[in-house]
Parts: sequence; C-alpha cells; structure tokens
Amino acid sequence: MSVRVGKTSAAAAFPKAAKSALANDQLRRNVRHATDVIRNKRALRVSEMPDWEQLRDTASAIKAHTLTHLDHYLLEFEHNCQAAGGKVHWARDADEANAIAIGLLQQYANEGLGREVIKVKTMTSDEIQMNVALEHAGFTPIETDLADMIVQMGNDEPSHIVVPALHKNRVEIRDIFRQKMHRDDLTENPEDLADAARRYLRNRFLNVKIGVSGANFLVAESGAVCVVESEGNGRMCVTLPEVLITLVGIEKVVPTFADLEVFLQLLPRSATGERMNPYNSLWTGVTPGDGPRAFHVILLDNGRSKLLHEEIERETLACVRCGACLNACPVYRETGGHAYGSIYSGPIGAILSPQLQSLEHSRSLPYASTLCGACYEVCPVKINIPEILIHLRGRVVREEQKTLGGAFSAENLGMQAAALAFGSTRRYEAAQRVARTGQGLFKHNGQLTGLPGMAGGWTQFRDLRPIPQRSFRDWWKARERSKPTGPAPTTGGAA
Amino acid sequence: MVPRPDVLVFPNADVTPFRRYRLRIALFVACYNDTLFPQTGIAATHVLERLGHTVEFPLAQTCCGQMHYNTGYHCEAVPLVRRFVEIFGNAEAVCVPSASCVAMMREHYEMIAEAENDQAFLADVRSLLPRVFEFSELLVNRLGVEDVGATFPHTVTYHPSCHSLRMLHVGDAPMKLLRAVRGLTCIDLPNKEQCCGFGGTFAVKNADVSAAMLGEKDACVIQTGAEVVTALDNSCLMQIYGGLHRAGSAVRTMHLAEILAFTGAAQ
Repeated sequence: MSVRVGKTSAAAAFPKAAKSALANDQLRRNVRHATDVIRNKRALRVSEMPDWEQLRDTASAIKAHTLTHLDHYLLEFEHNCQAAGGKVHWARDADEANAIAIGLLQQYANEGLGREVIKVKTMTSDEIQMNVALEHAGFTPIETDLADMIVQMGNDEPSHIVVPALHKNRVEIRDIFRQKMHRDDLTENPEDLADAARRYLRNRFLNVKIGVSGANFLVAESGAVCVVESEGNGRMCVTLPEVLITLVGIEKVVPTFADLEVFLQLLPRSATGERMNPYNSLWTGVTPGDGPRAFHVILLDNGRSKLLHEEIERETLACVRCGACLNACPVYRETGGHAYGSIYSGPIGAILSPQLQSLEHSRSLPYASTLCGACYEVCPVKINIPEILIHLRGRVVREEQKTLGGAFSAENLGMQAAALAFGSTRRYEAAQRVARTGQGLFKHNGQLTGLPGMAGGWTQFRDLRPIPQRSFRDWWKARERSKPTGPAPTTGGAA
Repeated sequence: MVPRPDVLVFPNADVTPFRRYRLRIALFVACYNDTLFPQTGIAATHVLERLGHTVEFPLAQTCCGQMHYNTGYHCEAVPLVRRFVEIFGNAEAVCVPSASCVAMMREHYEMIAEAENDQAFLADVRSLLPRVFEFSELLVNRLGVEDVGATFPHTVTYHPSCHSLRMLHVGDAPMKLLRAVRGLTCIDLPNKEQCCGFGGTFAVKNADVSAAMLGEKDACVIQTGAEVVTALDNSCLMQIYGGLHRAGSAVRTMHLAEILAFTGAAQ
C-alpha cells in the first residue's frame, strides 16, 4: 500500500513555494478579494444563528463518536447501500481506487457506454489524481463544476477546497475559455462566461453515459449518499447518466439521516456563506426508471485509518471540507493554495497532508502558520487546528533530531542552548549579558541589522531596537538595593 | 511628542483611590520582556503599586516554555514548565504582561503535565492556573479596575493580538482601560483581528510570508493616523515596529502597561 496525495513529484517546501506565490501580485489580489468576499458572507450568515455554538458542539460530538466507531458505521453503510442496489468497493490507497474505477469503466465501455465521463467536483478524485489515471487508461474525464472546469482547461491545480479556481480572475478565465472553446468573441462579463460554460456543458450532460461524483456525507442507517452544491451540475451528474460511480473518503459517514440536520446547517454557511445549498442531492441505491441503473461507491482509505488511533490526530478526520479555515487564514490570504504543494491547502491542508502522507514530503507544512487561531474559531466541527499543528511540529522535531544533520542543525543547537540557559538563573543572566555585548557588531544607525543565522530572516525585512543595557531584573535588583531597609521582605516570597 | 520608550520615566505615585483589593502580586515579566522590553515590566510594576498592591519579582524566573513548545521542542519545554510552576506555585496572583505566555500556560500546561504522568505536577498546575492573569485581565476582571489614574494625551490605536483575542478572550478589557485614560484618543484599527504575522519562530522560518502579513498590518496602523499602536504582547509590537521603522514611519509601539503607567505628573 502506498499513500499518495495529489501529484507524486515532491513539492517545494512551503517557505520556498510561498516566496514565488508572493511575487505574483495578480494572484495575491485575486486571493485577497475572493477570501474577503466569502469570509464576510460567512460572518453574516453565522451571525443569524443564535444556536451556532451548540451546532458546532453537536457536529463535533457526532464526528468524534462516528470516528471512534468507524468500522461499525462503514459496515452498516455497506450493508444498507448494497441492500438498496448499490455496490460498495473498498480501496486501501490511490492506486487501488483508480484501478477499481478503471475496471468498472472498462466493463461499461464494453457494454457500449463510451469512454467519456462527466464529473462533479470531488477533492478526493484530485487526491488520487483520478483524471490522470483515467486519461492514461484511454478515458476522457470532463469536469462539470465551473471552477473545476476552469482548472482542468487551464492545465492548472486547484488552489482552494471549495473554490478551486479562486486564484483566477474573470479576464484570466475568459482567456482560458477563448482558447479551449474556440470563442474569440467571448467577453469577461460573468453572464457571458457562465453562458459559454453552460452551452459547452449541456451537450455533455445529455450525452455522456457515466458520471463520477464525490460525496459530502454517507448515511449509515440507510446507505444514502449526499452531495451538496451550488450550480446544479452535480444534480445532473448524479441523475442523468446510466452509471454513477461515487468516490468517497471513509471519514465521510454519519450514523443517521437526522445527523444531516446539523451538518446541512453548518456546511453551507461555513463554505459559501449561504443559508442552504441551492442543490442538495440524496440518493439511496438504484431505482428502476429513475436515475442511473447502476451505482458504485468506492470507499477510500489512503492513509486515513492510521490517524484513527490517536485522539488528537483523529480530530483531523472530522473535516467536512468547507474551506472556512482557508478563507480565515492570514497565511493563505498572502500565498494562495498552491504554495502548500498539495490539493489540500490552507490550515486544514497543513495538518491533513503531512498526516496522510509520510511527513517527509510535507514537513514544512506544520510550520506554515502563526498559530493565530482564526481557523479554529471558524471551523464548523471545532477542529483545534493550532493544537494539531503543534503536535505535528513535535513529530517533525523528534524525527529531525534522530538524524545527524538535524541534531547539528543551527535550529536544534540554538534551541538546546536556549533550553540550557532558561534552566538556570545564572546561565540565563549570563546569556543576557552575552547578547548585550555581542550585538555591538550589528548596530547601525541605532538599529540591529544583518543578524546572522535564523535571525537574519528577521532583519531582512524588519528593523530591531538594540537590546537595552539594563534588563528588567537589573532594574529590579537596583531598586531593591536602593530601598532604605535593604531588600524588601516581599521579594522572592512567591517562590 | 510621544516619549521614547527607552527614556521612559514612570512616576511612582504613592496615593491612589483604587484600593479595592490589596494583593501580593508576583510578576512573571516573560524572558523577552525582561531582556528586550524592560520598560514594560517597570510600567506594570508601577501601575500595580499605584493601585496599592505589593509586587514581587521572583528572580529565579526565566521562560514559560512557549518558544520551545510551539516550535515542536516539546521535551525541552517540560523542565521550563516545571520551573515556572515551582517558582510561582504559592503566589497569591501572578501577573503576566504577555498574553501569549498566558495562552501557553492555559492551553498547554495541563496537557504537558498529563503527558508526564506525574499526578503531583498535574495537581500543582491545576491549582496554579486560576491564579495566573494577563495584565489587562488582572486589572479589569480580577481587580475590577478600569481607571488606573493614567493620563496620556495622545492618539492611540489598539491591535488585539491573536493570543489575547482568540485564546484568552480578554474581550474589551484593554479598551475599557484605554477609554479611562485622561487625554487619550482611541482610533479603531481597520481589520484589527488579522494576525500581524509574528508567530514566534514563524517570523524567521517563513520570513517572506511574515513580512507580507506585516505589510498589511502596518498599512492599517498608518491609515489610522495614530501616534501610538499598543497591544498586550510586545512580540507583536516588535514585529509591527520592525516594519514601521523600516518603512520610515514615526508611529510608536508601546505595551498597554506603558500607557497606563503615565500620569499627569510625568508630563
């Protein structure tokens, strides 16, 4: 079994990737504008809800319960889904999931259903790079979500969980459409762009015989599958084709239909700032004469199950992929999603990618945060992302310290020296004196500049006042000495 | 003109009308304040003494362990946590003029003690934590004081640092204190709840992103036209100052305690 998330080629470390993103002014303007708009809409819709915090607590409790009994609920889902005429397949990793999908497509192609597939937005399919696998096997996947279509036509990568083409503005989208749809007359008016997309897609909805979807929720008690979306393309993909294949991560199951009441209030408000999604599709198995005649669910593990045994890591799997943490994140706001080197970006990506894959590919991601807590504040299922980031940083440090390079890195040596200094008053005061004396080399015009090592990252962008000659404790000691009765009886009394 | 922080002299008035409680307050000044921002500790001492309390400064104190813990050096943070708990275990109240240090204690100390599997240590942590207060929390929520008798005739904008806002939930305590300062004009900081980009070692590990975030914050600070930007964390203020000064701005950064330490007598 080998877990892959997104493209297999090793992505650049976050600081390096972020640097190139920061150089792209257009990208930064687009990301700031888009996240501001969604963030404000979300805040408005959340403010209408007097029981928002109770909903969050309930959602968090449902997820915690389900994840501790995941084996039970997945088997219950499988049983009920198959009883209703669906077929459930289990995939340990990306390759298995793609092999299952391709096997099914091959079988239906032989039955004359063609080699084209219409797809409704699914991050899980990007996670396993399904489009690449399908194309390789001679099939043509067609993304029907507007943003996913833009990403696919532009040979691009999604930069946001909910709004994958958030980094593109109207003019950039117009140019992609002009080229791929051969529509030189197209303007950048939103109506014209939507109209072009609609015309392009309508033919495919009506003629392609196989659909592929993701799922927002699986309902264990009935075997039902739920997809929510805004454009109606999803509704067409899950109703018009003769065959429907749904790819879904194992963490998406909820015990009962009634649980959806909680999530369907939280999710749209958090994701797009809507009171409810324009399209909420729920289906159970197959029904003759209504919708697809064959229905398959591929349950994907791809590293998820190994997060189950530790409570703090398990919390990550509660994510409903609303993207609220991305819109709230001040780091994402500056860099956009591509800098995270994974299809899962922003704060949730920073904890999800390093846990699904080995830390090796993504050990810089837990550090791509100031721990400001804005993500935790907006998370509809109350995932304590800052806490998990710190937990993962601990893993990175422990693994680094085991290597020779890591043990002798400037960072580790500095941290060990600091720990030693903080461990004794005498060493701490000596370190203060050394710093005061040593800084003389770097003083220019009353500021510290060009500091060595890691501190150079500071002075590259910011000034720094020199360390004062007298520390607080120096002041305190001098004051105690100058008191007429000698040291005041109160000092040190707290120890 | 706003006084330069490095030449601040705080008047230490003996008489005060605000003696509702008389506490023996142990000051945990925080290692970086001790070393880089002594004027904040001095100011906090003066304000608390002016209100009639006794301030103690246990000299054995060093660091709360935040830098190590948040960067992932969890083993290295444990002795520092133990050290803090031992030194301050018997304090009547602990005042910390650094919101992020208090957040470190409230969010992580219990978890650290639990992981150590040391029941006595855990009990000490649980007993101490309710007596640890961030500076503005102590004044407004514990001592019930809003007017500390300060006069500061300048325009000030307040940056709610992430730790004070989202982890300590200090709410409007700092604003209540600022509004009661004579002569002070408060100007609202646009987009104030957005992080300044400091984030501890984030500032050097991700220096480019940190600087971009700082650029947004400093633009908002400058937009207010205020003479002074204040906060409950000198770490954020060090970041904000670093960008402002590099850009040639004359806006000054002052910890809230420093503003509250000024009385008419000093001017």
